Amino acid sequence: MADNILEIRDLVVEYRTDDAVIHAVNGINLTVQKGETIGLVGETGAGKTTIARSILRILQTPPAKFCGGTIMFEGQDIMAMTEQQMRKIRGDKIAMIFQDPMTALNPIERVGYQIAEAIGLHNKVTRAEAEMKACDMLEMVGIPADRYKEFPHQFSGGMKQRVVIAMALACNPILLLADEPTTALDVTIQAQVLEMMQNLKETLGTSVVMITHDLGVVADICNTVAVVYAGEIVERGTVEHIFDYPSHPYTIGLFNSLPKLDSTEARLKPITGLMPDPTNLPLGCKFYERCPEATDKCAEAPPEVTEVSPGHQVKCLLKGGSV
Amino acid sequence: MSAATETLPEIKKKQSRFSEIWRRLKKNKAAVVSLFVIAFIILVALFAPLIAPYGYDEVNYDKSFAPPSWENPLGCDKLGRDLLSRIIYGSRQSLQLGLVAVAISATIGIMIGAVAGYYGGWTDTLIMRALDIYQSIPMFLLCVTLAAILGPSLRNAILAIGISMIPGPARLMRASILTVRETEYVEAARAINAGTGRIIRKHIVPNAIAPMIVSITMSIGNSVLSGAGLSFIGLGAQPPIPEWGALINDARNIMREHGSLAMYPGLCVMITVLAFNLLGDGLRDALDPRLKN
Amino acid sequence: MAVLLEVRNLKKYFKVGAAQLHAVDDINFVLDEGKTLGVVGESGCGKTTLGRVILHLLDLTDGQVIFEGKDCTSPTKKELIEMREDMQIIFQDPYSSLNPRMSVSETIMEPLILQGGMTKIEMRAETLHLMETVGLAQRFENSYPHELDGGRRQRIGIARALALKPKFIVCDEPVSALDVSIQAQIINLLLDLQEERGLAYMFVTHDLSVVKYISDDIMVMYLGQMVEKASSDELFAKPLHPYTKALLSAIPVPNIHNKKKRIIMQGEITSPINPRPGCRFMDRCQYVTPECSEPQVLEEPDSDHFVACCNFSKI
Repeated sequence: MADNILEIRDLVVEYRTDDAVIHAVNGINLTVQKGETIGLVGETGAGKTTIARSILRILQTPPAKFCGGTIMFEGQDIMAMTEQQMRKIRGDKIAMIFQDPMTALNPIERVGYQIAEAIGLHNKVTRAEAEMKACDMLEMVGIPADRYKEFPHQFSGGMKQRVVIAMALACNPILLLADEPTTALDVTIQAQVLEMMQNLKETLGTSVVMITHDLGVVADICNTVAVVYAGEIVERGTVEHIFDYPSHPYTIGLFNSLPKLDSTEARLKPITGLMPDPTNLPLGCKFYERCPEATDKCAEAPPEVTEVSPGHQVKCLLKGGSV
Repeated sequence: MSAATETLPEIKKKQSRFSEIWRRLKKNKAAVVSLFVIAFIILVALFAPLIAPYGYDEVNYDKSFAPPSWENPLGCDKLGRDLLSRIIYGSRQSLQLGLVAVAISATIGIMIGAVAGYYGGWTDTLIMRALDIYQSIPMFLLCVTLAAILGPSLRNAILAIGISMIPGPARLMRASILTVRETEYVEAARAINAGTGRIIRKHIVPNAIAPMIVSITMSIGNSVLSGAGLSFIGLGAQPPIPEWGALINDARNIMREHGSLAMYPGLCVMITVLAFNLLGDGLRDALDPRLKN
Repeated sequence: MAVLLEVRNLKKYFKVGAAQLHAVDDINFVLDEGKTLGVVGESGCGKTTLGRVILHLLDLTDGQVIFEGKDCTSPTKKELIEMREDMQIIFQDPYSSLNPRMSVSETIMEPLILQGGMTKIEMRAETLHLMETVGLAQRFENSYPHELDGGRRQRIGIARALALKPKFIVCDEPVSALDVSIQAQIINLLLDLQEERGLAYMFVTHDLSVVKYISDDIMVMYLGQMVEKASSDELFAKPLHPYTKALLSAIPVPNIHNKKKRIIMQGEITSPINPRPGCRFMDRCQYVTPECSEPQVLEEPDSDHFVACCNFSKI
């Protein structure tokens, strides 16, 4: 498709330590279209953050190692780029927001300057122009421009995350990678930040990869969802597909383990067991051991991806996937 | 429960903490080599009279400045004393300097630091300000002054070094205790009725001690160095005691003609200090159970 | 049901320089045996401090704590020891709440050692029994916390709290550091334990969907004060305080249909240092009237539904 701005094919990333290989990402396929917000949902250690860091190529290598696959951004292979080309893309065309706003800002630099610096790095502008733009960005994320000269410690957590978002959006990136941007915030502040992100996305047309473990957040701002489990995408589709017709047993399990506000069940239905050890992944389906519907065949070989309805893909043998 | 008592599963043999630490330490080659070097030096010091071919004060004027030979592998000094024997005997004094001085500073420092860290408030402020003043005097200068006041001898040099090094372990102990004291597991221990003594013994000290051990190991090297320094300027071991610093001091005036007389003891100091530092570095990683591999 | 715990006018102020930080300000509640009180609020509202003060892990500034009809406000050392056998705590962070140098069995056995009166074999049997109760396999007996995942670590913390057979446990955000699938396992475990042992919980959390699920009553706190308290169903069905309303509407619901209208609050939580006498939510409230600057009185419009807002009937 022409309007795919990001295309990941068969991405494999491993972490190597002295005596083990951690299989963090095992053959991920993912496309992001222009203006789309895709939610990457999964548990801690599922490989979500590794995927995002691979896109920006900011993984520490070693221990991380790219073992295969391509990441095409606007038709160019990110893996084949030189570090210099990459630096032009980072922060300019692809920006990232991290989970912890406290550590993402330089504590001894005024917030306005930090934003202006980000602008100045990627655009040929004068100091004054950059500062003007920085003020605009602050206003855009709902911070009065007269706080331009304040330091990060003078802002609260939610405000800091707004500053981080302002910084990320300062160069009008085409793609925004948001790694659990609201996890560290209180619900009411989360609501403010999510609403702001939603508005910004609509006005700027930025594509967003939203990494989260919270299906509520996904329901709020995503168009499409990819459910990640043990370094694989086990289900992918539009929010309607995933929320109305969840098909992979893991996705169904995730929904069942959430306490619902409108139900009166006496007990939750958790997924039993734990995610497999990423140094020693099972041969067949990675969810086999925890799956309530598993058959013997599931343990033999990894299932292929099948399309259960147009645009709704599931990686499960029982949903028609062949071995 | 009585039924369960009878069918209690066998206790799996627990890997002792020591072997666990050793397993991790083994992965650091430099630390293992250092450990062997240190063990070697200690053995040499212990069995010096058996190993050394001559006595450390055996004078033989015929051999004055004799070059290395089969009889005297490292040559002889002005008075014809065998350099190798003197270095071997000297390891006793140098190690003593390192170990005893550090034992003094660590014992006093840990106590002071623990008191400051655990009680906090005024006690803490008082102790810390006193240490600030203490540390505003350069350590070696303090050493020299103390040694000069106490009078030049090996024992006084050890005392001087020990006293001047107190602030290091005191500060470290206080900082470790402050970090550990605020953790939730100490709070949890209080919630299950653990008394102050038990909290310090079981929860605070084991978690605060690792950086202490590392720092102590490293300061042994430092104190060997200071001891050699004191002897070099004549405030440490007195002739004919062959402490390594004193050996270098002996060779000071004749260094141009007979450089090896200063070089070998210098090399010994260097190797010893390096070994203790590398071992400390290796221990840092090996002692932390949270660091895998 | 018999009353287990009663808290009257509980206050905890911290000194911050010359100022007073009102962490817990005049909290009242009653908890029955075997019931769960959910305490909800944003970070900095004093909910964690409240739990610590009740357990005497922090000294209280003023007020009364009555446990099983006995005044435990200023216990002697001996009383405190007895009291703690009945009251325990489960911590939020399964990483920092376990001593990294103590094995699983050592951690669980510690309260038994401290309590005394058991032989070594009995203690070990009890430890294994506790491990089984919380769903920890025996093979983890000699493991260290860093070798285990968050869910298992939290189980260790629960076993440690259960060891003294308490009647009341303060659960301080016990699941907020865990993944959803593990979170559900731990919540179910807590519910099972409550059923088997008749435990009463004070469940402190910021996660409203969890609190609704586990609690009988819910107390909403804002800057150290209780702004609303009602039974769980009532609070969700008919919230009265504007803060509760905003809080409930802010929960991201995993449902893409029937999106409710979200009340976006202005600003962020203000400082609990030397607060003004009036309503503390005033600066963020959209219904402010001049009366809001007066001290707010706790009213009870329905039975067992308390609210501290002078305008609740008008909004």
